Amino acid sequence: MAFLLDNAWLAVGVPFAVALTVGLMGRYFQRAVPWVTMLAPLTVLATGVAWFAEGHHHEEGALITKSTAWLFGTLEQSIGIGWRMDGLVAIMLLVVGVVASAVVMFSVGYMEGEEGLPRYFALLALFSGAMTTLVVADGLVGLFVGWELVGACSYLLIGFWFTKPSAAAAAVKAFLTTRVGDVGLLLGIALLWRETGRLDYPGVFSAAQSATPEFLAAVGLLLFLGAAGKSAQFPLHIWLPDAMEGPTPVSALIHAATMVAAGVFLIARTWPIYEGNEIALSVILAIGTFTALAAATIAVAQTDIKKVLAYSTISQLGFMFAALGAGAWPVAMFHLITHAAFKSLLFLGSGSVIHGSGTQDLREMGGLAKRMPVTAVTWVIGSAALAGVPFLAGFFSKDEVLHSVMGVSPVAGIALFAASLLTAFYITRATRLAFFDAYRGDGHPHEGNWTMKVPLVVLALGAVGLGYLGHQIAEAMGAHGEALDLTTASISGLIALSGIALGWFAYGRGADSEAGMESRFLRLWPTLRSAYGFDELVMRAVVRPTVRLCSWTYSLLDRAVIDRIVEGVGSGTEWVGARLADLQGGDAQWYAALLGAGAVLLMALAMMGWQ
Amino acid sequence: MLQVDLLIAVPLLGAVLALLAGSRARVVALLATVATCGVMLSMASADIFGGASIAGAYEVTEFVPFWALRLDGLSTPLVALTAVLGVVAVLASWNIEERPGPHHALLLMLISAVMGVFLAEDIVLFYVFWEAVLIPMYFLIGVWGHERRRHAATKFFLYTFAASALMLVGILIAWFATGTSYIPDMAADAAGIPSGIVFWLIVIGMLVKIPVVPLHTWLPDAHVEAPTAGSILLAGVLLKMGGYGIMRVAIPLAPAEFVSAQALFAVLGIVGIVYGAAVAFAQTDLKRLVAYSSVAHMGFVVLAISVGTAAGFSAAMLGMVSHGLVAALLFLLVGQLYDRTHTLEIARFGGLGKTLPGWATALTFGALASLGLPGLSGFPGEFAAMIEGFRAFGWWILPAGFGLVLGAAYNLRAVREVSHGPINERWAGLSDLALKDWMPVGLLCVAVLFLGVWPRLITDICEPLLAALGALVGGGM
Repeated sequence: MAFLLDNAWLAVGVPFAVALTVGLMGRYFQRAVPWVTMLAPLTVLATGVAWFAEGHHHEEGALITKSTAWLFGTLEQSIGIGWRMDGLVAIMLLVVGVVASAVVMFSVGYMEGEEGLPRYFALLALFSGAMTTLVVADGLVGLFVGWELVGACSYLLIGFWFTKPSAAAAAVKAFLTTRVGDVGLLLGIALLWRETGRLDYPGVFSAAQSATPEFLAAVGLLLFLGAAGKSAQFPLHIWLPDAMEGPTPVSALIHAATMVAAGVFLIARTWPIYEGNEIALSVILAIGTFTALAAATIAVAQTDIKKVLAYSTISQLGFMFAALGAGAWPVAMFHLITHAAFKSLLFLGSGSVIHGSGTQDLREMGGLAKRMPVTAVTWVIGSAALAGVPFLAGFFSKDEVLHSVMGVSPVAGIALFAASLLTAFYITRATRLAFFDAYRGDGHPHEGNWTMKVPLVVLALGAVGLGYLGHQIAEAMGAHGEALDLTTASISGLIALSGIALGWFAYGRGADSEAGMESRFLRLWPTLRSAYGFDELVMRAVVRPTVRLCSWTYSLLDRAVIDRIVEGVGSGTEWVGARLADLQGGDAQWYAALLGAGAVLLMALAMMGWQ
Repeated sequence: MLQVDLLIAVPLLGAVLALLAGSRARVVALLATVATCGVMLSMASADIFGGASIAGAYEVTEFVPFWALRLDGLSTPLVALTAVLGVVAVLASWNIEERPGPHHALLLMLISAVMGVFLAEDIVLFYVFWEAVLIPMYFLIGVWGHERRRHAATKFFLYTFAASALMLVGILIAWFATGTSYIPDMAADAAGIPSGIVFWLIVIGMLVKIPVVPLHTWLPDAHVEAPTAGSILLAGVLLKMGGYGIMRVAIPLAPAEFVSAQALFAVLGIVGIVYGAAVAFAQTDLKRLVAYSSVAHMGFVVLAISVGTAAGFSAAMLGMVSHGLVAALLFLLVGQLYDRTHTLEIARFGGLGKTLPGWATALTFGALASLGLPGLSGFPGEFAAMIEGFRAFGWWILPAGFGLVLGAAYNLRAVREVSHGPINERWAGLSDLALKDWMPVGLLCVAVLFLGVWPRLITDICEPLLAALGALVGGGM
């Protein structure tokens, strides 16, 4: 175990090596591919376990770091790249390791018979390595490397079924939207580089202590722009619902539990920049709260089971950012961890449903509980945890989020209570439409094989139990755990239960209820379903004008002006040349003489100009 | 010692033999380029693998007047790049049917001349090689090119020739002012040079070569019409002559003038980044798209140079070597596609990920490298250029950030429209990359990966010299 800690680079190296092996040679050992791939997340998991097994969790400053100069290697100010193990990292490694292992196993059943499986599993391994790079990096450069690599894996996995135009488009959209945020992150890094000349965490943090508030606000907001892109916060959230085009296990891993949480991790990791950073924190609080509430309203009207979960993820990430904005980063991390468990559980559950029933449309499901009992039970556990039913994981972490936000801004707090109510409502709606009442489809829904059931059960255990580890998690990260705030807890418990009741009774008539909602809220429902038309707005206001500007630059400037001048000079010379040709008659010596005379003339002119 | 001269002599000898070898020219050419790589490795290995940093020269040879060559930290990365791309170019034109002897002879002459540019330590020799590069390239485009080859070849030749005529004037003035043509001696006597006029006359020639906007329009035409091997060398090494020339000749001869031109260089770099990416995005022809992407990538190189610090120059070297590899990879893949389909119109493709899975994988790899994905070679140089550019120019580099988004956009658009989407039945029967196709592709991919993971392969070699160059222009660091 100590070996793994002293060589934490293995948690990056093994996944990359696995990815390379599976990607290049996987087709020669097709059947073993998933199990070889399993090595990747298991190494990550083992490294996280090693940290706790070695008893590093209480000692202050029990860090393990190694670094080597990577850029400007021989210059005075070099930029290092390396790794750093501490409690926060170890916990993230546990999350990544558990969820990625579950997802790899689940994929065995889910992806059975698909073409291109070596590519799929190689990308999962690559993602594990990239996510670990992001987490264990000892500075912002290493983090940025992992940050971009997870984005690339996301791009490649969303586009796994690339012959489907919608999948190909969604992949590009995801990459480009997050790239906008990434440029913000890059500029934040550049700003730190200019002011401090350091990019490793300790160097940056010590410089932050003496920095001006304006500088910290700028850095904080730029880093948050990166975080907002990756974690799908308004207005950069638009890629995540489309990303559901990817295989569902991928959605569980990348678009629910790990990569999309990287933004929260980034801010927790660089907390000294945000400590007392009023401007940045209030922006984060506002964006987080707004996203949490708005996404929850959208989730209410979605008919695609994965879209419900996608907007739910955006909303829950908003809760985490609200907690960050309230200054409670350990709380945000706590919610990140419980959310990773119950949301990846829900995504895998939806995968099981899609696999078994052949549809993603809630209106074509119904009554699946009888035909898919394991999926149904684990789904209900995940839903209850998400809704904040007392004594499940989400209840504890959400309680802390609400409590900390209430302490800073009651308005934001109330908005989050409203979002909680909607959360309980939409997930109950989805649950009832999918699993209860009569089956409305025309297929033969069935449970998947054991590789699909085991991950569901494991993650369900997390969704039940993780809430009780709040203190331990906070302490492992070097923070103080908060006690359950009874007032907040009782209010949020009540809200959860009433949201569930509302959802349950409003959807008592299955698809008819959904149609009823549509006719009753004639204006509201299409607006919600199209996510307030924000995508269309972005297309109109940003994407299409940019595309048009690009083609105008080419046709109106590059071709019509710049190149025409060049060609004009060319044909003008040709014309003069044709006239002169009558004089010259093509005598080679004339050319040489003229060339020489020209050069002399030019030189003479030039030297006169200089003297 | 003869070894430095070998870098020029071996390809030149290969050119003569290739001309005589007729149908076996490609074998001769391959041997000659591999031998050039061997010479390169034998000279560099002591330092690269011995771990010593390369501060000074390997050696200088002086046989005849003006004949002074130096392989040092500044030239080594680009000489190595030329050697590697030489092998790639020969492999890329392995199946050429039309007059293979002269084709490979011209390729080798081109490599020999480019080596000369990178090695010359005498300004007259530098100029002679600089011009000598044009001739084989002119014929490669004009004879083995596509439909509008004559026009493109003439445009390429006249445009860059006109620019280098100005450069010649600048060189002559500096020569007469200092009384020597040996570049280090000229630099030592830089105070006596009429720096303003010399700097700008020389730099114009280099800016056209790089090229910067708006002096770039020879480039897309030349690329679209050039045969694959020609495009590989044109984008891979010829453009680097510009960036190299600024650092090797223009700055040492007129450091003060460079300092006053830094802001303008930054503008040129940033404009190139945004403009190149925007125009690349608007292309309907895959090869033209890759051609314009060169303008954007070289924009990062110009931006990095404009910073005027050792770190900035280091970023420029990384950017040049990386772009050499990535552009070569993309042009190679485009050429392989053209061989199979005889069209490069993006709209006519789709779903090639299914019909040509190996090729499409390589294209995705190349596109990700081109958009600057970490772990691949494009990232270290662009990242360094961005943070150093920000350090020097602050928020003025914001448009370059927009260029980064556009850079992702045009690369991913190409992948999406060519490899993704529904399968176009028209291309159903195409044969995927064979082993001989994979060899140059694999070579480049491995190089792109290695340099991306460990950029110090390049920077350790050149940084000691770049630190001196930075000190010369007061950039310190």
